[in-house]
Amino acid sequence: MTSTLTPPVRKRSALTKGQLPKFAPYVVLGLALVIGAAILALIGFNAFGWGIVSAILFTAGLVGWSAAAEGGRKAKDKLATCLVVGSFLVALLPLISVIWTVLVNGLPGLLDPGFLTTSMNGVTGAFDNKSVEEGAPVIGGIYHALLGTIQITLLATVISVPVGLLTAVYLVEYGEDRTLARAITFFVDVMTGIPSIVAGLFAAAFFFAVVGPGTKTGAVAAVALSVLMIPVVVRSSEEMLKIVPNELREAAYALGVRKWRTILKVVIPTAISGIASGVTLAIARVIGETAPILVTAGFATSINSNVFSGWMASLPTFIYTQILNPTSPSNPDPSSQRAWGAALVLIILVMLLNLGARLIARTFAPKTGR
Amino acid sequence: MTTTSLTQSRGAGRAGDKVFSGAALAAGCLILAVLFGVALFLVIQAIPALVASPDQIQGGEGFFAYIWPIVIGTLIAAVIALVIATPVAIGVALFISHFAPRGLASGLGYVIDLLAAIPSVVYGAWGAAFLAKEISPAYEWLAANMGWLPIFQGPASATGKTILTAGIVLSVMVLPIITSLSREIFLQTPKLHEEAALALGATRWEMIKMAVLPFARPGIVSAVMLGLGRALGETMAVALVLSSGALTASLIQSGNQTIAAEIALNFPEASGLKVSTLIAAGLVLFVITLGVNMIARWIISRHKEFSGAN
Repeated sequence: MTSTLTPPVRKRSALTKGQLPKFAPYVVLGLALVIGAAILALIGFNAFGWGIVSAILFTAGLVGWSAAAEGGRKAKDKLATCLVVGSFLVALLPLISVIWTVLVNGLPGLLDPGFLTTSMNGVTGAFDNKSVEEGAPVIGGIYHALLGTIQITLLATVISVPVGLLTAVYLVEYGEDRTLARAITFFVDVMTGIPSIVAGLFAAAFFFAVVGPGTKTGAVAAVALSVLMIPVVVRSSEEMLKIVPNELREAAYALGVRKWRTILKVVIPTAISGIASGVTLAIARVIGETAPILVTAGFATSINSNVFSGWMASLPTFIYTQILNPTSPSNPDPSSQRAWGAALVLIILVMLLNLGARLIARTFAPKTGR
Repeated sequence: MTTTSLTQSRGAGRAGDKVFSGAALAAGCLILAVLFGVALFLVIQAIPALVASPDQIQGGEGFFAYIWPIVIGTLIAAVIALVIATPVAIGVALFISHFAPRGLASGLGYVIDLLAAIPSVVYGAWGAAFLAKEISPAYEWLAANMGWLPIFQGPASATGKTILTAGIVLSVMVLPIITSLSREIFLQTPKLHEEAALALGATRWEMIKMAVLPFARPGIVSAVMLGLGRALGETMAVALVLSSGALTASLIQSGNQTIAAEIALNFPEASGLKVSTLIAAGLVLFVITLGVNMIARWIISRHKEFSGAN
């Protein structure tokens, strides 16, 4: 009789005994946030400190509870998990901070009328002083720098893509593990590590020696960027050519097609989406390079549409000079507004190129039949 | 002579083959020539500075006295960057390869790759305008409480534009490089090793310690060295963030300089022997990074042969 009256006691399964309950992390997280807020309230609240203190409290709480309930091995596992997740969150901080800083500081500059359509030609410190002291609008823009960046990058692409693609073809189709092919692979890898400023100095030294001392034009900058871009193009194209199935090549050979026509009509068209996305990523990499352009193309304030003569501006060097040498040294604010606006444009360009690379890879990918 | 029609090739196709393979070979050789040319032209343009009498070089004590403080400064900045970036990068790589939910992993990897996409000049601007300002109270604290250590000797820089700030910005820039390479290596760990460890009752951390990290050690070393190569040669972050000066031991005072930043700051206005001096400095940087990269690549290529056995 008595057994029917007492409610049945729900026993924990032997399998889950000695484990923290599923809700444990959430409870500890809630407590850590509350206690963290309380501690921060005592010493002066800020969101960054709150996050750090809460994270430390959460780790300590969870690991301590786990050590008490589950033993040392499980506690160590929890500690490692916390540290690994924590390092990922720490890595996100600068990304968010950089993008936020550029957005907040760059939007006013970008929204200035004429920012994208005028150059800095004739914009002197007097105008900047006037805009700060009398509230006149900030004039001057990045048209010349945008034009320069596009021209230099385009020329660099025109140089790098044929050389890079042909080298990749050599490595995959003709190399056959020869000493030369292995040497090229090794030195291409080494070339990816050349500091960008050394690439710039090489182009400058080369043109100083061949054309004449002090030669600084957009074309020199394009050569410098090519030195940085070629290895990236080679690596990505090589990877893409390697994954073209051998059956396609053999089918073409069996039909009596020559090797060069096989490569041009079968291998490259199959891999073209990957190659195009690799090239786009390479462009995204070099479009933000500052140092090589600084030492090879100088900096200009007016529009220069000829890459082969005269100094040329570019977006990165524009940002650099506007921050380091403001147009009006006594009132650097308009200059820094222009610099942040240009930085925002540059980041948008790079992100669009990255996004474009992904879209190209996805849209034009060959059907695999699976 | 009827068999010749099979063995004999028609002219046009054969010429096409020769031209195409020749062009491919030439492109490959061009790359070797460019790398050789980089060294050659840097040496040619640097010779005037190397043979000039000591009093003509900036500082008046010869090229060696000019270059060694900035070599040391370059190494300090790179070491700071690696000390900060390496543990975080390995943690992030482990998170993406072994901890994150499967469906999210590739997306999270892409987010970290975004760090590599941001141009260096933007990092420099961010470091100078945001980070330096935010971090200077921490330097005050370090100078007050840890000042007995030579590296934290006060007075701290009021602007925060120190070599430590530059090192922190550099660490953000090398993080995606170390992360993406270590991630690749972690994912190559033989599945059987991992599953064997888990089947013996290992926790996830013990599995990583026993199976993943020993397998990945050479890969991590070379990833860190490639990061080192990047940190040594990075220009803009340092040029914009650091307010440079003479070589000092303290990391929280303004001072020190790196080779790349020295070149970027002075080259645009340089002329005559100064150009040669800066190109010679670039040559030194080239030799250092070339050495670091070659060792890193050599470790990777040696590792490839081992892992092929699995």
